[in-house]
Amino acid sequence: MALLPAGYLTVRAADGGLDRMLATVASARTVELLVRTAGLAVAVTVTSVVLAVPLAWLTVRTDLPGRRAWAVLSALPLAIPTYIGAFAFVAALGPRGMVRDWLAPLGVEELPSIYGFPGAWLALTLFSYPYVLLTVRAALRRLDPSLEEASRTLGRGTRATFWHVTLPQLRPSITAGALLVALYTLSDFGAVSLLRFDSFTRVIYVQYRASLDRSAAASLGLVLVALTVVVLVVETRSRGQAAYHRLHAGGARKPPVTPLGRWRWPAAAACAALVGVALVIPLGVVTYWLVRGLAAGEPLRLTATLVGHSLSASAFGAAASVAAAWPVAVLAARHPGRLSRLVERASYAGYALPGVVVALSLVFFGARVVPAVYQTRTILVLAYVVLFLPQAVGAIRASLLQVNPSLEEASRLLGRSKLATMWSVVLPLVRPGALAGSALVFLTCMKELPATLLLAPTGYQTLATQVWNASSEAFFGRAAAPALALVLLSALPMALLVLRESEREPAAPATGTTGPGAPEPDEEALAASGWRPAPVS
Amino acid sequence: MTRRHLLPILVSATMLLAACGGSGGDGGGDAGGGEAGPTLTIYSGRSEELVRPIIEQFEGETGIRTQVRYGATAEMAGAILEEGDNSPADVFFAQDAGALGALSSEGRFAALDPGTLDKVDPQFRSVNGDWLGVSGRARVAVYNTAALNESALPDSILDFTADRWKGGKLGWAPTNGSFQAFVTALRVTEGEEGARAWLEGIKANDPKVYENNIAIVEAAGAGEIQAGFVNHYYLHRVKAENPDFPAANHLFPNGDVGSLVNVAGVGVLEGTEQPDEARRFVEFLLSEPAQQYFASETFEIPLVDGVAADPTLPPLETLQQPDIDLAQLDDLEGTLRLLTEVGVI
Repeated sequence: MALLPAGYLTVRAADGGLDRMLATVASARTVELLVRTAGLAVAVTVTSVVLAVPLAWLTVRTDLPGRRAWAVLSALPLAIPTYIGAFAFVAALGPRGMVRDWLAPLGVEELPSIYGFPGAWLALTLFSYPYVLLTVRAALRRLDPSLEEASRTLGRGTRATFWHVTLPQLRPSITAGALLVALYTLSDFGAVSLLRFDSFTRVIYVQYRASLDRSAAASLGLVLVALTVVVLVVETRSRGQAAYHRLHAGGARKPPVTPLGRWRWPAAAACAALVGVALVIPLGVVTYWLVRGLAAGEPLRLTATLVGHSLSASAFGAAASVAAAWPVAVLAARHPGRLSRLVERASYAGYALPGVVVALSLVFFGARVVPAVYQTRTILVLAYVVLFLPQAVGAIRASLLQVNPSLEEASRLLGRSKLATMWSVVLPLVRPGALAGSALVFLTCMKELPATLLLAPTGYQTLATQVWNASSEAFFGRAAAPALALVLLSALPMALLVLRESEREPAAPATGTTGPGAPEPDEEALAASGWRPAPVS
Repeated sequence: MTRRHLLPILVSATMLLAACGGSGGDGGGDAGGGEAGPTLTIYSGRSEELVRPIIEQFEGETGIRTQVRYGATAEMAGAILEEGDNSPADVFFAQDAGALGALSSEGRFAALDPGTLDKVDPQFRSVNGDWLGVSGRARVAVYNTAALNESALPDSILDFTADRWKGGKLGWAPTNGSFQAFVTALRVTEGEEGARAWLEGIKANDPKVYENNIAIVEAAGAGEIQAGFVNHYYLHRVKAENPDFPAANHLFPNGDVGSLVNVAGVGVLEGTEQPDEARRFVEFLLSEPAQQYFASETFEIPLVDGVAADPTLPPLETLQQPDIDLAQLDDLEGTLRLLTEVGVI
């Protein structure tokens, strides 16, 4: 199923004849685009990692003031669709934007241009770094603290321990998050079009939009698939063969808290700056449109039906994606080999392609092969699975890797069947990963646009389609209310999840012996006890 | 209730909503099965904000039920091509002639009645007789009426390269889609080198660069520029709220490429199960009330002769298309390359 878009592209590209396909692919322009797009993906990925890893450490392992609030807020930019976020950036920071107007009395005539590479880099980094943040946070919480304690005992300082012990342990989670960021950058259309960066997706859209040249667009799409394969190979190389689970049974203790000392407030200020740019600017601009629209008597365009449609389609999308991801993740984590690697990689095929390509491939498949479900919610949910499966696979796989297989072996030895072991031993341990994965897919489905427009039942409108509908005619006042509802509702599960997780962490060094609530029996079913070490500093 | 209970509650609430949505939302897939007569399925590349009122009026007047799928024109056209013979669409209502031309050349449209076709001037409909324009939009120069008389404006957009317009007097939006469609037309009429020379000439006059048409219109009214290249209807939107706005539109005469007209139009899908209803929809769009609606609500130019249009709109008989086929304006990639090479985007 996940390979459907790639298959469709091959059929369409071949339509135009092999010569044209080769000419398109081999043209100097294609090569230039390839370099530009790959450059953007590398830049966005590296910056995301550089932002997210310290942020994850600050919000999980330190006495940062307002740590729990930052933990939630710093994850939320993910809920802002790039077509809203980049638009708000242009409105705020563009050549005639609000910020220039504020600065004009101070003699500022012109802001540095946000168009092209810098703007696309900024916007994509700010709206996708939480992919890395979330995976690294999850890993940091589940790391076996005894490794770090051992390092300290052996005389290494805080910094050296972080570099030599903690960071290497975080490698799978960093690469898992970075992979999502890189592929998201390859597939994004909203930011690159609004900020005018000539990327592969933008050119593929131009082929569809202006020329309806499906075979040229398909040839370019295939190049993008090839680029995805390269990214996946790089990721596999950096994964390595190491084991990341704990080796002894009583591992799931609370990690130690590092006091930041005089860095507490500068660190909080850095968090505030990031949240200010990534969250407050976009939401502020949309709220401004809402107020201005209401003042002008614009209709709100926000109904319970829209909310219901968005929530239900996304909830089904999330549930179906997690269900489909489960076997793929188990295969990848427990039975590493050529075949399982191939299956896992194939699941990424839909993710790096622009939404319109995946949507059209499902139009092709739906209308011609399964007309009974075409333009029903079934095919819409299917499209969401094809598009966003990797988010669920990544989250579940990372959780699985941290579960010691000997637990499963023990369960099997004690007479439980394979299925019962999966249900009563593995599932509870992997539940946080599955929940995180479903929250992530839910949020991404909420903001999805091209597939929703083409594949939802006729007349089935969602918050995202309503935002698109109003803003495509420049009725920003009318787009504002559904846009705000979209961001807030899609962020809610993610926010609750982050909050719930950070409640289980020690809030400050002083509370080292008692947690804020009783330990959840399900999540820590196999953790030995609530014993926590005194903070080491 | 602690926060910890919120998540499960939220999940169950969502699922409940999902279940409700499921019972109400799904029947949309198969059209025509209802007891109240057939349903006409319309794919609309024009946005709901613009055309929903007129479609409701159609339902009210004819008693024909409709189902409308809204989306971007090109994606809709792509979907119709991919759907092939199984397309649920009966009618395609598109924002521009290019998409209609693409479907026509793939043989996806059924022939329209000659009587219906004749209501629209041949320059605004398909040469194959299978789609027609419903309303038009013209490229114009918007100018500040305090700074310029209309007589000061040239008869051809090509003459804006003159020194008279040097030094920030002009405004343009090179990244805007309708400007780029004009440049594509310019490449057809003046050739690749002619188009390049025009772009370089305007660039040498140091024009002010804007995001979009509406920003140019506002700048012209504010006297920030003397003239700028836009679609005609943005000025009308501004004037509807502020009749004293000091700007006017200049239409380039004699089929000058500067006043290229693009149309929003409609075609009936080949193999539709509702040919009669589809035909009535096309006729309704050409009827007096619908044409009036486009003139007064979206400030587009009615394409049916004899409709008493808003007197401030460019009259239909003054519109003269340059000698090009609208459906052939499809090489945007080449235009983007040229704009990049000249260094204006």
